[in-house]
Amino acid sequence: MNETLKLTLIAIGILLALLTIAAGLIWVERRMLAAWQDRYGPNRVGPFGILQVVADMIKMFFKEDWIPPFADKSVFILAPAIVMVTILLSFVIIPFAPGILVADINIGLLFFLAMSSLGAYSVVLGGWASNNKYSLLGAVRGAAQMISYEVFMGLSVMGVVIMAGSFNMTDIVLAQKNVWFFIPQFLGFVIFFIAGIAETHRLPFDIPEAESELIAGYHSEYSGMKFGMFFVGEYLGITLISALITTLFFGGWLGFGFLPPVVWFLIKMFAFILFFILLRASLPRPRYDQLMSFGWKILLPLSLLNLLVTGALVLYFT
Amino acid sequence: MKVKITIDDKIYEVDQETNLLEACLSLEMDLPYFCWHPELGSVAACRQCAIIKYKDDDDEKGKLVMACLEPVKEGMRISLQAPQAHDFRAHNIEALMINHPHDCPVCDEGGECHLQDMTVMTGHNYRRYRFNKRTHTNQYLGPFINHEMNRCIQCYRCTRFYNDYAGGKDFDVFASHDSVYFGRHEPGILENEFSGNLVEVCPTGVFTDKTFKKHFTRKWDLSNGPSICHNCSLGCNIIAGERYGSLRRIRSRYNGDVNGYFICDRGRFGYEYVNSENRICIPLKIENGESSPMPREQAVREISEITSGAKKLIGIGSPKASLESNFLLRQWVGSENFYAGIPANEGKLIRQVIKILKKGTVRTPSLSEVKGYDAVFILGEDVTNTAPMLALYLRQAAKNQPGEVAKDLKIPDWNDAATRVVVQNATGSVYIATFHATKLDEIATQSYYAHPDNIARLAYEVMAEIEGNFKDETKVEAMDNANQPLSSSIAKAMLAAKKPLIVAGTSLYSEAIVQSAAAVANALKEKGKDPGLVYVVPEVNSIGLSMLSEQFLEDAFDKTDSADATIILENDLYQRKDKSSIDAFLKYQKNIISLHYLENTTTHQANYVLPVGTFAEADGTVVSNEGRAQRFYKAHQPDNDIRSSWEWIQEIMMDKWGSASFDEIVSSMVREFPELERVQDAAPSAEFREETQKIPRETHRYSGRTAEDADKNVSEPKPPEDRNSALSYTMEGFTGVPPSAITPFYWTPGWNSVQAINKYQIEVGGELLGGNPGIRLFEPKETTDLDFSDHIPLQFSPKQDEYCGLPLYHIYGSDELSAQSPAVKERVPEAYIALNDDDALKNDIREDDMIEVSVNGEKKRFAVKLHKGISPGILGLPKGLTETAGTEFPFTATIKLISHE
Amino acid sequence: MFSIIRSLWLTFLHMFHKRVTIEYPEEKAPLPPRWRGRIILSRDPDGMERCVGCYLCAAACPVDCIALQATEDENGRRYPEFFRINFSRCIFCGYCEDACPTYAIQLIPDFEMGEYDRQNLVYEKEDLLIAGQGKYHGYNYYREAGVDVGVKGKGEGENEDKPVDVRTLMP
Repeated sequence: MNETLKLTLIAIGILLALLTIAAGLIWVERRMLAAWQDRYGPNRVGPFGILQVVADMIKMFFKEDWIPPFADKSVFILAPAIVMVTILLSFVIIPFAPGILVADINIGLLFFLAMSSLGAYSVVLGGWASNNKYSLLGAVRGAAQMISYEVFMGLSVMGVVIMAGSFNMTDIVLAQKNVWFFIPQFLGFVIFFIAGIAETHRLPFDIPEAESELIAGYHSEYSGMKFGMFFVGEYLGITLISALITTLFFGGWLGFGFLPPVVWFLIKMFAFILFFILLRASLPRPRYDQLMSFGWKILLPLSLLNLLVTGALVLYFT
Repeated sequence: MKVKITIDDKIYEVDQETNLLEACLSLEMDLPYFCWHPELGSVAACRQCAIIKYKDDDDEKGKLVMACLEPVKEGMRISLQAPQAHDFRAHNIEALMINHPHDCPVCDEGGECHLQDMTVMTGHNYRRYRFNKRTHTNQYLGPFINHEMNRCIQCYRCTRFYNDYAGGKDFDVFASHDSVYFGRHEPGILENEFSGNLVEVCPTGVFTDKTFKKHFTRKWDLSNGPSICHNCSLGCNIIAGERYGSLRRIRSRYNGDVNGYFICDRGRFGYEYVNSENRICIPLKIENGESSPMPREQAVREISEITSGAKKLIGIGSPKASLESNFLLRQWVGSENFYAGIPANEGKLIRQVIKILKKGTVRTPSLSEVKGYDAVFILGEDVTNTAPMLALYLRQAAKNQPGEVAKDLKIPDWNDAATRVVVQNATGSVYIATFHATKLDEIATQSYYAHPDNIARLAYEVMAEIEGNFKDETKVEAMDNANQPLSSSIAKAMLAAKKPLIVAGTSLYSEAIVQSAAAVANALKEKGKDPGLVYVVPEVNSIGLSMLSEQFLEDAFDKTDSADATIILENDLYQRKDKSSIDAFLKYQKNIISLHYLENTTTHQANYVLPVGTFAEADGTVVSNEGRAQRFYKAHQPDNDIRSSWEWIQEIMMDKWGSASFDEIVSSMVREFPELERVQDAAPSAEFREETQKIPRETHRYSGRTAEDADKNVSEPKPPEDRNSALSYTMEGFTGVPPSAITPFYWTPGWNSVQAINKYQIEVGGELLGGNPGIRLFEPKETTDLDFSDHIPLQFSPKQDEYCGLPLYHIYGSDELSAQSPAVKERVPEAYIALNDDDALKNDIREDDMIEVSVNGEKKRFAVKLHKGISPGILGLPKGLTETAGTEFPFTATIKLISHE
Repeated sequence: MFSIIRSLWLTFLHMFHKRVTIEYPEEKAPLPPRWRGRIILSRDPDGMERCVGCYLCAAACPVDCIALQATEDENGRRYPEFFRINFSRCIFCGYCEDACPTYAIQLIPDFEMGEYDRQNLVYEKEDLLIAGQGKYHGYNYYREAGVDVGVKGKGEGENEDKPVDVRTLMP
């Protein structure tokens, strides 16, 4: 009984923390982008403009939530919900610290991969239901991009799995007691990171929503809180990928002792989040065909090579 | 005949009869010009249309010539673009601009100025001349025309139009060299009835529209309706321009068959009653002499309650209202209760005219065709005042016979200067028979002043002379040949002419005149001539109204059984008949519903008054004196309750009839009146689209859309939609040349002035692209059973102390509506009575004396004017003035001297 | 590959650069005199309205936000009866100033026109007309034009000859 209560509390705690972080990231991103572009960013609402997020949220809630008359209504409503659900479910397997995790399942990593595949549906359905040519183009691009990069993402973490000998996230963290996996699995880390950007369709890989070509891509027709869900979903995605990188390659909660494990986890995670933002601030968007050929012609062979070498070495040393 | 010529190394086919300027313009080339006008011909005064003409194919240098004076010759080679020609044109403009003031921002011509267009076309930009500009003082030219002589470029178009074309006497060229002055010998009112055309004829802003100046708007800001002038029966085509809800100006709309390039001053300046303070803008309910405004829905509801349960309704139509409005009223009250709102004597005469138009063998020419006739016999009609544009074209017809001499000398038609040298002031055969001196007398070979009956007798004498051997002996007995030798000289002239024209009308209320004119024309036709017969009728839709009904006002008055409601359509009955009979009629009517534009005596008697649109706010069809059905369109959709009358009737009858479109109303009218069938073809239907688009009423440069109503509400409303026509109330739509019947304005790139019309015509000065608008309902028949040759009236001889009262028409004043426009009002004469010199002497009456006239016991006082031309025993009383409104003609009266001046 | 890392690094270094943002309400940016802000109507050196109601500004306006009606005083001097600019539509392109032949309409370096009610952005002539000459001094259109509207008589302008006497017999 006590155990269930504890788990429920942890789950609710994580949920709230994640949503707060995701919302806060909106402000963080705007401030950081501004900093890298010699501006100030939002600095008017509250101390350092931190309440900008609150103001934005209030605005978002009170905006007209318009469903275009030409849209497929039920699917149109469903699509943004899928983003939120799949990403939030993915967090189930993240061990933030010893004991702070929702479900310690032995197929943890596979669960994440399954959820991120489902996430592609939100993009496809959202674009299709909007019944708008730009939305549909964005959706088609998004689907192709997410399915392609999932392949390398899955392959790139296999090295980690081989080294840890388990799909269980806690086991993977514990397997990094001696050396964080980003050293032996550096190639895997880079591929996973790139695939992660593509999965979350963040800049520079925001091709499904390239505003100069497609208005806002698959969510062009969305407004109000439904748009808000896509929006927050994107920041949850960043958080998720950062958390996974931390867990898989940077030893999760493992640190140097003087801080509690969860803080180490958060520090590492935020570092990657900031790196995501830095990417946005500095890199231009590639063309769609460049993105696809980069994936299939470079990342796929590389990740296969990585898997092969890792497997061979592990076999050789054991 | 078409010949091939080479222009700038390209071969074109052009008309051989023309000059090179016309040929180039007909080929849509941009060749600048000033003094040439398709109607006025060439004089080569401005030296602007210079081109290079080459001797033969080997000639490389060529010769600089004026295109407007160079006839087209087979195989000739010319160049517009040659540098010498181009530079010459540019320098010529630069020279003209030396003295042109820096006025464009305050000049009313700006934006539709031919001089601006031509300056841009030749490329002159910067003033290089360092010295002073010459200046001129201006003259007061009356309430219509504003004079700003500084702007003049000495093209001479104004005097050529005013003096040579329109027969004006009080305007000329003064001084010499670079100080040439165009104006009057002293400031004063320009007397000619066509002075307004100077506004359009002048290539720059010397003559501008003074009424327009008071509420000035640029051409590009007007919302335009292709319309028909409602001020007389000729149906001249006009463009009505609106801005901010008020009618701003009237411009002539080219129709090669009807008015051509021009309109008269009544048509151009008599529009301001539309903006009058007396305008009814909301439905009114009048109870116990107090009128109170009411909302539209309520008015419609109350009226439909009154009329839906009614046993009997009376409907009184109007010759000022469209066919559709009259027809819907007729449908509403039933054909037996629909009365044409005109007196029976007028109505029967018009029906007689319709009968002649329908059954006669003689062609009734369109207005513009009149120019082609070479002998004219006018019977009883003061054309200048009852149908002014007809008078203008009769003046041109009078030039045809002397023009033959020029033709024999091989001078082409368009060579105005040379033709004039040959013709001088000579005129052809024009015979005028009226009861008083008229303005056209100055071009008449001979004038004859007599009572209408005697005029008819003269006509019958002429007929007899034409027939030669007096077919019918009985006729000879009736005649006393009192008018020899006049009748035989008229007959000779008519027989000598190629195309004789007989002009008559209903203005003197004389059946004998109408019939005798037909008789003369028939006699000419039988002699193998190609005569024309023109009847002038009183109002814009007199013909149309009388085709819908043969019951008139008196018939309505005679019915004593009372009706539940009486609907009076666009008609002030007190203008039609004497006050006592109207009063007697209206007193017994329970519910009087008046649909009108302006407050008047009739609307004051009504129980309900509905605001209806004038020609500027209504759609409809009218039938002109020649039987031409023409559509007119709203210039704008008013934001108050003003609607077309038929829209009101339709709204009241909504429950019963549903909502029919304009086109559906026309087709149900045609079902009822098959002889109106062709009315359907008068204009494109509402479904018509040009390249899938509607025709915009506003130019593409229309300004202020997002600010004009922003003082009321900053959120712009949706523009009104026009479901009754292919026109739209916006600036969006088709930008090319629309069908001629729905052309709201003239504009082509580089041609902002009215001269853009060149690009709307198939050939310059000819038919409009797609044909001239309007449909003639009647064409002459092969044979006829009409024979008026024995309807000879008895001789009129003056009686002792009893006078016959006849109407004197005034271009400004005799039309009730235009006379309420402020500018026209200034020109309306004081009421007077005209008397023959001898009659006056007999009664010891002198000019300006006050006399009392008693008609049927009713006494009125007027000042006397002595008319030389008026025949003995006749009183002339101006028709339609405030003091004389409702007088029925002809009347019998006695006079009494009241006081000497 | 290297260039990507280099640009990441260079972007990162911008964190330590000086901010270019001017914190507007507290700190004002210097505006040049030809800055295209609020539109005004100026007066001529004699203190009369410069606008002659020629409609060129309205015609030039790409968003059609200028509406006016010209009228005349007893001397025939033309001026606007009303002159309305809907600033909620205005895009401050300055075409109206370019089009104005009399220097009447001018754009000035003031842009602080925010309103809570859009209706308040509709400016009438009284709101637009200023007391002075604005940017262009000393110009009075009616002294240059050929018309006589009570400012100068015919032929009294600087570049004008005395009016022609049409009755003279001299060549």
